[in-house]
Amino acid sequence: MAFLHAVSSGTSATKSVLKSKSLTPYLLLAPGLIWLVTFFIIPIFSLASTSTMVRPDGAQVGVYEQKLRFANYVDAFVANQDQYLRSFFYAALATLLALAIAYPLAYAIAFKSGKYRNILLVMVIAPFFTSFLLRTIAWTQILADSGPVVSTIQLLPFIDDLFRINNTSTAVVIGLAYNFLPFMTLPLYASLERIDPRTLEAAGDLYANGLTTFRKVTLPLSMPGVVAGTLLTFIPAAGDYVNAAILGNPSTKMIGNVIESRFFAVVDYPTAAALSFTLMATILILVTLYIRKSGTDELV
Amino acid sequence: MTTINAPMPSLSHRASRWFSRNLIRIYAALAFIYLFIPVAYTFAFSFNDAGKSNLVWQGFTFDNWKNPCGAPQVCEAVGNSLKIGVISTLLATALGTMIAFALGRYKFKGRTSTNLLIFLPMATPEVVLGASLLAMFLNLRVNPSFWTIVISHVMFCISFVVVTVKARIASLDPRLEQAAMDLYANEKETFRYVTLPLVMPGIAGAALLAFSLSFDDFIITNFNSGTVSTFPKFVYVSAARGIPAQANVIGSAMFFIALIIVIVGQVVSRKRKKS
Amino acid sequence: MANSKVSQDTGDLKLDRVSKHYGDFCAVDDLSLIVPDGSFFALLGPSGCGKTTTLRMIAGLEEPSAGTISIGETDITTQKSYRRNVNTVFQNYALFPHLTIFENIAFGLRRRGIKDVKTEVENALNLVEMGHLAERKPNQLSGGQQQRIAVARAIVNRPEVLLLDEPLGALDLKLRRQMQIELKRIQTEVGITFIHVTHDQEEAMTMADTIAVMNQGKIEQMGSATDLYEAPKTAFVANFLGQCNLIKGKITSRSGDKAIVTAKGLNFEVPLSRVATTNDSVFLGVRPEKLRLDDTGVNSIKNCVVTDRSFVGTSTQYMVRAPWDLELVVFEQNDEGLHDLRVGDTVSLEWDPEHTFALDGAGDINAGADLDDDE
Repeated sequence: MAFLHAVSSGTSATKSVLKSKSLTPYLLLAPGLIWLVTFFIIPIFSLASTSTMVRPDGAQVGVYEQKLRFANYVDAFVANQDQYLRSFFYAALATLLALAIAYPLAYAIAFKSGKYRNILLVMVIAPFFTSFLLRTIAWTQILADSGPVVSTIQLLPFIDDLFRINNTSTAVVIGLAYNFLPFMTLPLYASLERIDPRTLEAAGDLYANGLTTFRKVTLPLSMPGVVAGTLLTFIPAAGDYVNAAILGNPSTKMIGNVIESRFFAVVDYPTAAALSFTLMATILILVTLYIRKSGTDELV
Repeated sequence: MTTINAPMPSLSHRASRWFSRNLIRIYAALAFIYLFIPVAYTFAFSFNDAGKSNLVWQGFTFDNWKNPCGAPQVCEAVGNSLKIGVISTLLATALGTMIAFALGRYKFKGRTSTNLLIFLPMATPEVVLGASLLAMFLNLRVNPSFWTIVISHVMFCISFVVVTVKARIASLDPRLEQAAMDLYANEKETFRYVTLPLVMPGIAGAALLAFSLSFDDFIITNFNSGTVSTFPKFVYVSAARGIPAQANVIGSAMFFIALIIVIVGQVVSRKRKKS
Repeated sequence: MANSKVSQDTGDLKLDRVSKHYGDFCAVDDLSLIVPDGSFFALLGPSGCGKTTTLRMIAGLEEPSAGTISIGETDITTQKSYRRNVNTVFQNYALFPHLTIFENIAFGLRRRGIKDVKTEVENALNLVEMGHLAERKPNQLSGGQQQRIAVARAIVNRPEVLLLDEPLGALDLKLRRQMQIELKRIQTEVGITFIHVTHDQEEAMTMADTIAVMNQGKIEQMGSATDLYEAPKTAFVANFLGQCNLIKGKITSRSGDKAIVTAKGLNFEVPLSRVATTNDSVFLGVRPEKLRLDDTGVNSIKNCVVTDRSFVGTSTQYMVRAPWDLELVVFEQNDEGLHDLRVGDTVSLEWDPEHTFALDGAGDINAGADLDDDE
């Protein structure tokens, strides 16, 4: 919880006693940073390198040669543009849905919870103590064609008998929004909680009604939380494949599904690597633009 | 001045006022129900007297809870997840805490690059993290195994540990350490008797976070585990043919254990504040 | 963790030409002072004047850019704070939140390797009258209680010098007055040198034997409260301590033990001993309570007009405009002989030469006046 708080609010510079000893900080940093460089940075380069490899004619499955074939990227993208677009589209929808669900929830906990605040915060996180796979699979059974939810909806006059939720894109988006809800709720809560309620009272004193107060005071002040929450939701959602696999169908495949299948089902490492790299680059670009536009630069 | 009796507001008027005042609360209650439905479902079906396929309710039984290892491979998967979780947590917490102290208490060159390096894994989709690590292992001809899983888990947990512990360190009043030195504690003693005890809750929180991220991880693990099974992998793979009820038992048990830990932690810290 | 690692110096605390720079900014500028062993010493000045930086250098929490600090014969300038026989009461108390009150107070003793801390801790608690709170935690105590514990935690170590960094700032007025008396009592009882940093001149004057008034990194004047108040040597000191009327003028004659200052065509007499400069351009000063609403005195200004009047219980405060548009402040004690003046009344002012002083006229006549009390 604290990490999301820190991510969403940035760390405020308190009057600190930063020591200028020569060697100690480097000794402290070394093990962890070496681990990250070895197992995060270098793999990215491996990925880049793999992405330009080619399988020589007649070679066994899984054997590749480095040929710097950048056309791999073009091929991979062209073959999978649908999945790319779909991934970002679903991720965006899921983010908006999560925002719509989480914002009032965070607002209620921040302003209307009284002494139950801590309990409610625990209750927001608690569902995520069970395995997320179990929860996602539970949704397939709750939303099953013969289950209570679909049956109830089919009672409505304008819904035909073929209506279903499972294995549709709707289910995938619902699943994505559900699974990343705490990543949206907690930063929102953190930045709403910081608003001094007297600010809102002052707005009322200055003739603003409830909606205006929200629009002109609460919402702008909660923007850091909105930015952090949408980022923490969108990024993992764009690369997810579990929800699409469990709750979707072949026509709802996201780019994550393609990458996974290219690594394991159809052994085609270069394509998979090219797709992963493109995904990462796209996300980084989007994130940088988004952050620059909304002005929160201290995220760690 | 004559007094005027205001008319009693009508029932529907009062009801609509109550409704609009409490709209947010009603909404939040609905949101909570939405959050907990799958959990309740999982819990309920852990009592299902089903064979291999836990899809349709067949009858109530305690058997699954009495014999959680009844289904094949469940306990092996859980055991692996626990082992991986503990080892990864220890390593990630140690490495991450050291970085957090360096960032929070020292001046050094390269602070921006360090912050960036910590931030990047959190901003990268799991697919990319898993795929790139797999690409490296493939290029080095290293076979995926138990230890490649541990390596990957430590990698993505470090950032979360750093952020959590760093926040705790930042909230520490530096004057407390100055007071300790004023009271004859040298640097080592100050760290041992003042800094560390005060940062410990942050470190504990970071460790819990790392463990839960590791235990529940699927995507990165899937890319780097080969034939080693973990609990999430087991659930995913058996989803096709039917998840045994024992998996629900494990899932529900995890939920309750974690809930108890968090509640106990809250109660203890509240008691510390009052006493 | 032997006792011997902490120095056992005794003697006067001496700062010799101490300076502290932060980049271009000079916080403490060539400061020298001697604090006699066992006295209650105050460093008084507005926020930003360098008093806290000076204190921290004495504590060892900052290192001087130049100069030396010594206790008795020992030079402690480069000694780390945990080796110095000096303890600090911090502004926000800085009590260790994870330790009980008992352990907070015992902290310094334990670090020095003392095994049997119980008696000492209990004595310290009794000294500050907090004996019953030993097992509580700091966050369970009120501000005033925490303040006393902070004092106990420092005093229990019997340091040579006890530093107090605006310790009463966070307390409300009544509690502050109470604690001022308490601290004075403790200091007298224990006999340790106290150095008290504050921006509150009333506090400094109440508690300290000697006050050093600081401004922009330098000491303006040092002396007893009476000396500083009745015979200030600079406009800053005159304005900072209480209120003061200053009139710009010129010394036109020095003879015998008297000097004559001429301002706006009027001549005023000042004893030569109370002229604080060799220049002829001076500020003539007189405190508001020394002004009388009559015209028979040696120094007087006639044909003034009352422009404001406030009754504050013990006195009536008048703002009076002299014929040349200078506003003077007059306090009239609320006892017999009251002039019940109204706004617009014409009045004359007079005062005795012994109550006059002349300061160097080269500086800012308003230095030290109207400075906000920052927290």
